Amino acid sequence: MSAKTRKTLLEPIFTNNPISIQVLGICSALAVTTRLETAVVMSMAVISVMTLSNLSVSLIRNFIPPSIRIIIQLTIIASLVIVTDQILKAFLYEISQQLSVFVGLIITNCIVMGRAEAFAMQNRPLASIIDGFGNGLGYSVILIAVAFFRELLGVGTLFNIQVLPVVSEGGWYVPNGLMVLAPAAFFLIGLFIWAHRSLNPDLQEEE
Amino acid sequence: MARGKLYIVLFATGVCGVFSVIVSLAAVTLKDRQDANRKLDQQRNVLMVAGLIEEGERVTPERADELFELNIEAKLVELATGEVLPEEDALAYDQQRALSDPSTSRLAPPNRANVHRIPNKAVVYLIKPGGGDLEAVIFPIEGQGLWGTMYSFLAVAPDLETIKGVTFYEHAETPGLGGEIENRRWRSAWVGKKLFDEDGEVAFRVVKGAAREGDEFAVDGLAGATLTANSVTYMVQFWLGEHGFGPYLDNLAAETGGG
Repeated sequence: MSAKTRKTLLEPIFTNNPISIQVLGICSALAVTTRLETAVVMSMAVISVMTLSNLSVSLIRNFIPPSIRIIIQLTIIASLVIVTDQILKAFLYEISQQLSVFVGLIITNCIVMGRAEAFAMQNRPLASIIDGFGNGLGYSVILIAVAFFRELLGVGTLFNIQVLPVVSEGGWYVPNGLMVLAPAAFFLIGLFIWAHRSLNPDLQEEE
Repeated sequence: MARGKLYIVLFATGVCGVFSVIVSLAAVTLKDRQDANRKLDQQRNVLMVAGLIEEGERVTPERADELFELNIEAKLVELATGEVLPEEDALAYDQQRALSDPSTSRLAPPNRANVHRIPNKAVVYLIKPGGGDLEAVIFPIEGQGLWGTMYSFLAVAPDLETIKGVTFYEHAETPGLGGEIENRRWRSAWVGKKLFDEDGEVAFRVVKGAAREGDEFAVDGLAGATLTANSVTYMVQFWLGEHGFGPYLDNLAAETGGG
C-alpha cells in the first residue's frame, strides 16, 4: 500500500474523522446507536453506499456538466440507498424494521455527498473507492463506539447478550435509562470530540 | 470544454435511465424474498399476540405454518354484515391488494382514525390451541399514525371485551417516541383492559400521561408521542366499531351466548 493510499484510507478514521472532527452525519449517529446490532448494519450500509457512490461519481466525473453535478450526485446516491434498503428488507428483515426510516435517510447524510463532491469529482476511481471506504469506516468507528456504550450502560447487553446482570432479572446493575434516549448519543459524541482534540493539540483553533 | 444545453439534458436523462434500471432490477428480483419475510413476520406477530410463541422468538417458515395449522382457524369475514365466508381461503387473502381495488373495498366514512378505504372482507384469527376451545380472537387493525400507516394485531378474549394482547408490526413512527408503541412493557399494560362500556361503545383509549388507578378502559400514554397515542385510540375505536368488526363481534357474541 503506497503512502498516499494509506493516507486516503486511514485519515478519515483517525485524524479527520467525519463525525468527531467534521461533525457530519450526526442525526443517524443519534438514532441507530441504541443497539450494537443496528449500528453495525447501518455502518455496513453506509460503507457500501459511500464506496459505490464515490466509484460511480468518479467514473463519470469528466462527463458531468458542472451546472447539474449536485443533482447527478444525489441521483446516484439515492438509487444506491434504495437498492441497499431493498437488500436489507430481503435478507435482514428484522433489522431493517428496526432501522426503519434511517436507511432511507442515508441519502441526506452529509458525509456521502460531501465525499462525492469533495473527493470523487477530482480523483481517479480507485482512489475514490478507498476514500469512500475510509470515510465510511470513520463513520462506523464512532457509530459502533457510541452504540457499545449505549447498549452496555442502557440495557446491560452487548449484541443482545446480557453482560451486566440487571436488577429486574435478579442482578446488581441498574440500567441507565438516559443512555437509551437520544441525548446520550450527544453526550458520548461530545466526549469523543473532547478526547480526540485533547490528544491532538494541533486540531485546536487558536484563541 | 463548453457543452450545450442539449448535452446537459441528454446526460441527465442517461444517468436517470441507468439508475432507474438498477433500482427496478433490485426491486423486482428481491420482491419474492421480501414478501416471504413480510408474511413470516405477520405470522410471527399473530403467534406472539396469541401467546403461542414467546415475545421476540424466531420461528422458521415451516414451524410458523405448522403452529398455524394446529392452533389457528383463519376466517374471512364480510365486514358489513359480519358474516363468515367459510368457503374462502382466508390465509391466501391479501388485504392490501383488496384495498387498492374498488371492487373489493369501499370509501370509508370520515373518521378520526384517518382510514380512507375499508376492505369488503377481512381476516380474523380464531385461536383454538390443538383444535380445542376458543381462547382468543385476533383482529388485524390499521390506522394512520403521525408518519405513516400503523399495522397491528389485537387479541381479544372469548368474552369479546377483554384485551389479551396487542402488537404493532409495521409502522413509521419516530423511534424512541411514537416508535415506543412496539415497547413490550407498554403493550403488556393493554392486557386485561376492557374494550366496551355498558352501552356497547368502544371505551378503550390511550390517555395522555398516566392512566387513573383502576380505570379498566385506559392505558398510559407515551411520553412525547401524544399524536401517535391518539391515533392508536382512534384506530382501535374505528376497527371495533360499526364500520369495522362490530357486526362480526355481534354475530360472534350471539353464537357463543356471551355478552
